[in-house]
Amino acid sequence: MAAMSLLSARGLIRHFGGLRAVDGIDFDLEAGQIHALIGPNGAGKTTFVGLLSGRIPVQSGTIWFNGQDITRLPAHRRVALGIAYTFQITSIFAALPVYDNVALAAQRLHRRDLRVHSMAHLARVGLEGRADQVAGTLAYGHQRLLEIAMGLALEPRLLILDEPTQGLANAEIDGFKALVRGVTPQTTVLLIEHNMEVVMDLADRITVLDAGQVLASGAPAEIRANRAVQAAYLGG
Amino acid sequence: MDFGPFLLLAVMEGLVAAAVLALTAVGLSLVFGVMRVVNVAHGEFFMLGAVSAWFVTHWLPGPPVVGFALALILCPALVAAVAAAADLAVLKRLNYQPQATIVATIGLLYILQQAALSLYGPEARPVAAPFTFNIQFPWFGYSGYKLAVVVAAAVILTVVWLVMTRSRAGLVMRATQIDRDTAQAFGINVDRVYAGVFAFGAALAAVAAVLIVPIQQAHYLMGGDPLLMSFIVVIIGGLGSLRGTVVAALLIGLSDGVISMFFSPTLAKILATLLVALVLVFRPQGLFGRRAG
Amino acid sequence: MRVWTLHLAVLVLLFGLQFVLPPYHFTNFARIMVLAVFAMGYNIAFGVTGLLSLGHALLLAAGMYGTGLAITALGWPAAPALLAGVVAGGVMALAVGVLALRTAGVAFMIVTLMFAQAGYLTILYFGPVTGGDEGLVLARGARAIGGLDLSADTPRYLAALALFAVALLANLALVRSRLGRVMVAMRENEERSRMLGYNPFAVKLAALVISGLYAGAAGAGYAVLFGYIGASFAGIQYSILPLLWVLLGGAGVVLGPLVGVLVMFYLIDISSGYTTAHLLVVGLALLVLVLFAPKGILGALRERLWPWLP
Repeated sequence: MAAMSLLSARGLIRHFGGLRAVDGIDFDLEAGQIHALIGPNGAGKTTFVGLLSGRIPVQSGTIWFNGQDITRLPAHRRVALGIAYTFQITSIFAALPVYDNVALAAQRLHRRDLRVHSMAHLARVGLEGRADQVAGTLAYGHQRLLEIAMGLALEPRLLILDEPTQGLANAEIDGFKALVRGVTPQTTVLLIEHNMEVVMDLADRITVLDAGQVLASGAPAEIRANRAVQAAYLGG
Repeated sequence: MDFGPFLLLAVMEGLVAAAVLALTAVGLSLVFGVMRVVNVAHGEFFMLGAVSAWFVTHWLPGPPVVGFALALILCPALVAAVAAAADLAVLKRLNYQPQATIVATIGLLYILQQAALSLYGPEARPVAAPFTFNIQFPWFGYSGYKLAVVVAAAVILTVVWLVMTRSRAGLVMRATQIDRDTAQAFGINVDRVYAGVFAFGAALAAVAAVLIVPIQQAHYLMGGDPLLMSFIVVIIGGLGSLRGTVVAALLIGLSDGVISMFFSPTLAKILATLLVALVLVFRPQGLFGRRAG
Repeated sequence: MRVWTLHLAVLVLLFGLQFVLPPYHFTNFARIMVLAVFAMGYNIAFGVTGLLSLGHALLLAAGMYGTGLAITALGWPAAPALLAGVVAGGVMALAVGVLALRTAGVAFMIVTLMFAQAGYLTILYFGPVTGGDEGLVLARGARAIGGLDLSADTPRYLAALALFAVALLANLALVRSRLGRVMVAMRENEERSRMLGYNPFAVKLAALVISGLYAGAAGAGYAVLFGYIGASFAGIQYSILPLLWVLLGGAGVVLGPLVGVLVMFYLIDISSGYTTAHLLVVGLALLVLVLFAPKGILGALRERLWPWLP
């Protein structure tokens, strides 16, 4: 069971002063699946993936990725190992053209034909026509798509998406769902989401966080039926 | 002179330096603490204090005491006005953004230096001390005025501390330092507080300069050293900590004085600048500051 | 393509100027080109990568004294001494960077300022060797490469132009390379760059070392071409001037530093015909720039007219 996990975490703890953002989490992620992370605001979801991606240092606990202990590894090294993170609050290079944003991600992997690959990644989110546009002038929804394109351009083993559909129109959400389905099973996807429809539609497994701890974990149907989850979060 | 008395002399010289340094550094520390602005022109406010003191004492006839007393009141006020004007005209417009304010204060530095050069000239000129009497120690005579400087600095620092901790103005300053936005929401005019703090910091530097000018001489380039030394003191003492600043000023002023007398002033400065760089790299909160986050 | 054409055209123009410039400006331009190399180095650290260093005089002095002392104290000929100066600049940048890059923002500015001050004071302290404040004059005989006397007007101009040309083209290549794009990314959004797999410390250190090589080359070139090394080049003025030049010409624009040095040089030159208030000119220029024209001359032009300008 553990041997098949692409990523596993044991006993992760991260406090900020008095705030126990992540308070002892065990987690397993299997390769090739789409795993959704849900929970009320303040449950610690973004902090948790921050620990996984290396943005935030772990205070206690261990993280294993692909058989390697990455607990002490800095974030940029984890990217090299194949973990990509897209930000909850859009964090693109606003002053640079859209093309440059994606190229920065893709150039780590492609020495030659950088242009071909970058444009291909932009095409996957429908932004290839805006390659020369300054990224900061994009509509918010398009900026979110650019974030996703940058994540995809890293061609990661594990793609962590933090509230990716926030700000997207319905048509864009459909496109997003197709996109995520298309990258698996080569890429494993861990996504934080509040949009329950997207979660139920996409996820192979769901983990529910509450107050820094795992409340429940399992298949979508189980989670929907779980009373504790209903009480804390789904609210009917 | 034997070693013992020589050391005593070095310590007393260091104490005078520390006194003036403490005043200047507290001015810089206040500005950074409340406004988060690094004022590279702080040394020029010091210089302006000294140069304007020369003008006042030079033009005023009568005994030196009168001229000096007037300078002690007028010059800091004048320098404070210049500082407030600079804050309102320039720094406020830049929204106190860190990179921009540093560049702007560098520009201010050059302008003030030029003003002094053009209006005062390139020479160093002495200012008469308000009183001259020597205190006779068994081994050497020591200027009573120098000791008076130390006492004056101590008094002024105590007043500053009282203002910061006991008065309403001090409360307003500290509130703005802790949380600018909340202070504004409580009706505090942050712009005016900033101008006031900037002026106050400059005034402290000017007072220090007026006190030291009878000992030192006024020169248009005299601001460089106080700037460097205040930086060193504020960083080692911990930004935003008044107590740390005073303690660091004592430490650095004394050791600078002692090393200068026993070795060389240049060596003392080399050690001090390297020390502050290393403190910033390895222990950025200084000796007394609190580590953020 | 037009990018390369433009930059080559600038070089050709500078080459052609040697035939038309009167002697006074002839020497000025040689000086301007060497200082522009220094400014380009600063631009790489500040304009491109966003590192506001207030201690670049240290790197200039490293190059100047590296070369100057190699000639006077070690008796080296000019060519290896020049190389020594360039390397000295890079090594000094490495040493300072390893420590200073552990800080950021205001602390970084102060740390670099402090290191530069310590360097300046050390030069004064070892006065007997370095010449202290008066400095050292380099013998004419030592300032020749392969029989070509670099202290004579035309060879000096051409040597300065050669140095500038290499520096300019290398700068252009850097800015358009992958590393250059990453350096810009670090300036624009360091957190994002980190999460794209780039090591912020390594990238910034690389920027500083390249900057140091440029500064070292400028210092070395100045020593050999103008025959004088002095402590004033390690002083705070030479940490402020490159900032001013880069801001004036356009931070992050490859040709910005040249424009900045040129404009500032002649601004002071012309104004000194009317007044001795040089400091005022510098101070006002800085204030005006930071308040009203933070993008500088070429930066503003790039924004309005020529978005393709590197």
